[in-house]
Amino acid sequence: MYKMNMQDMPEMLTHMAELMDVYVPVRRGGLVNFEPFSQGVEVDLGTLKTVKSPKDFFLPQVEHLFSAQSQGSKLSVKPQDLPSSPFAIFGIRSCDSRGLEILDSVYLSEPVDKFYEARREKGIIMSLACLDPTATCFCTAFEIDPAEPKADVAMWEVVGQLYAQAQSAKGESLIIELSKFFQKADIGDIAQEQGAIREKASELPWGKLPLQELKSDRLLELFDAPQWEELHKTCLACGICTYLCPTCQCYDVQDHGTGAEILRYRCWDSCMYSDFTMMAHGNIRNSQKERFRQRFMHKLVYHPENNGGEISCVGCGRCVSKCPASLNIIKVINSLVVKADV
Amino acid sequence: MIQDLMIERAKQLLLSGEITCAAGWKRGDFITDSQPAIFESLQELENLVYDKYCAANLSKYLVGLNLKEGKILVFLKPCDSYSFNQLVKENLIKRESVYIIGIGCEGNIRLEEMQGTELLERCLVCTKTEHVVYDELVGEQLNAREARSRFEGVLELEQMSSGNRYGFWHEQLSRCIRCNACRNVCPSCNCRKCVFDNNKYDTGQKASVSTFEDQMFHIIRAYHVAGRCTDCGECSRVCPQLIELHLLNRKFIKDINTLYGPYQAGEDISAQGPLTDFNAKTDPEPGIIHQGGQADV
Repeated sequence: MYKMNMQDMPEMLTHMAELMDVYVPVRRGGLVNFEPFSQGVEVDLGTLKTVKSPKDFFLPQVEHLFSAQSQGSKLSVKPQDLPSSPFAIFGIRSCDSRGLEILDSVYLSEPVDKFYEARREKGIIMSLACLDPTATCFCTAFEIDPAEPKADVAMWEVVGQLYAQAQSAKGESLIIELSKFFQKADIGDIAQEQGAIREKASELPWGKLPLQELKSDRLLELFDAPQWEELHKTCLACGICTYLCPTCQCYDVQDHGTGAEILRYRCWDSCMYSDFTMMAHGNIRNSQKERFRQRFMHKLVYHPENNGGEISCVGCGRCVSKCPASLNIIKVINSLVVKADV
Repeated sequence: MIQDLMIERAKQLLLSGEITCAAGWKRGDFITDSQPAIFESLQELENLVYDKYCAANLSKYLVGLNLKEGKILVFLKPCDSYSFNQLVKENLIKRESVYIIGIGCEGNIRLEEMQGTELLERCLVCTKTEHVVYDELVGEQLNAREARSRFEGVLELEQMSSGNRYGFWHEQLSRCIRCNACRNVCPSCNCRKCVFDNNKYDTGQKASVSTFEDQMFHIIRAYHVAGRCTDCGECSRVCPQLIELHLLNRKFIKDINTLYGPYQAGEDISAQGPLTDFNAKTDPEPGIIHQGGQADV
């Protein structure tokens, strides 16, 4: 365990930014998102959640895969180089760093996604404990501890001090690199703060959810549940929930013709959109009810079925606070659990 | 209390068989969580709420519902009634298949993390204090508010140098994540198939290859709703990235007012819209087609 004065944080980040790209939460135009750090950029660690999850550092919304050019009868294909720049994300939260582990179970299992893998190897996650979990948070329902972030470097802000603990080899070498800013600290220094966080977290309104009721042996029953009819009714079919979600992971592959060449890229897809899973024969999910159901069945049933019971939600609450029609995974879980048994 | 009156009236109409369902709001999981809902039974109607958190404009939900049999009851705030009227004008809602109960509005609260105390921007500039269409009004009509001019922001932008204005919009629109919430919530965005959903062209909805495309999406949308946008403010309310989309729409409204005289979309459905009432002789900007293919320079 190490610590430093919060006042020295900008200088430390400036030093870090000489070694790698550093992304920090920044408030701009009334909202907080991750932005590149350079000297003078004001870091906002007080706001609990960024609007966007940090997943796009590993799974960018748009990613070029290759370009192709035809010269006479020949076609030359130029693959996109794998990302190779080291970078760090400073100040992400326990829920979002857990979100990356869920993306790992998809993108790092065979066949491994090389682009994602390269970014995971190059990226250092520095995660900050949540001093003040808010009513829309429900990470504890997924056994995520907001007082003990899992990351390369875990951090705690306690009375003007920033405490840091390396949790991986990458994290350790970074701390060594930054050793002139840090001094040794005792792990007991943060115990009181951790206790306070856990006490607040224990009072979260949705801290416990009846997830055990959604076992995959009920797959067909849940799929055919009459509740979907009611649940989806006011869904506007926008992509807010899927695009802000730290674990929504679907992508589409498209070609962009510039006249001179074809650019093949992939981009985030959303099961809320009308051409989601569109295939040559047509679409297998033609109604918004089916697409709405897909999102929640994927998170609560299909993903756990394929990944040892791991539910693909981290309780960040972005869908709770941002859905224009106020539909969200909590309402789905509660509805499926209560009514399906009747 | 207005909420009780609304529930009572909705129940009467449902019992009498005059309506088959009702569009309103119900209590979600927080005191601030008043979510749009469709009620089909007396029991469901018990959950109807009406408070300052009922921000969602229900007019657009009627576009889909309207295809079904029977009359629908809808609760409309004064500003929502403009959207409703505009949809009737565009033949997307059959007026005779909807029963409208007009309800008063003191403004809606802007929520962040489901908390908030301040009014939405649209409510700070609201002058739509009376319903333009309804079958009956229920409860006290507490609609009067001190409103500042809705064009203040547009004026500021107009006074900027073109470079600074471009910078402003570039910063705003580059935040866009193409979630399409502004489009999907917008009562004026009602194309059966949006050009940005058409995967046969490079106009696909999901992502942009460059920031230029985000700008194109918003500018085309603004052009397409020009003359029809009632300034209901739903686009700015739902944008997760807080893009000030209302400024784009209000620029068009302000220009239309200047060129064609004051016009409020949705106010009077018998009137021709300024951009659809075309007269080559008197139109202040008749366009190039009526100039024999030559632009007026």
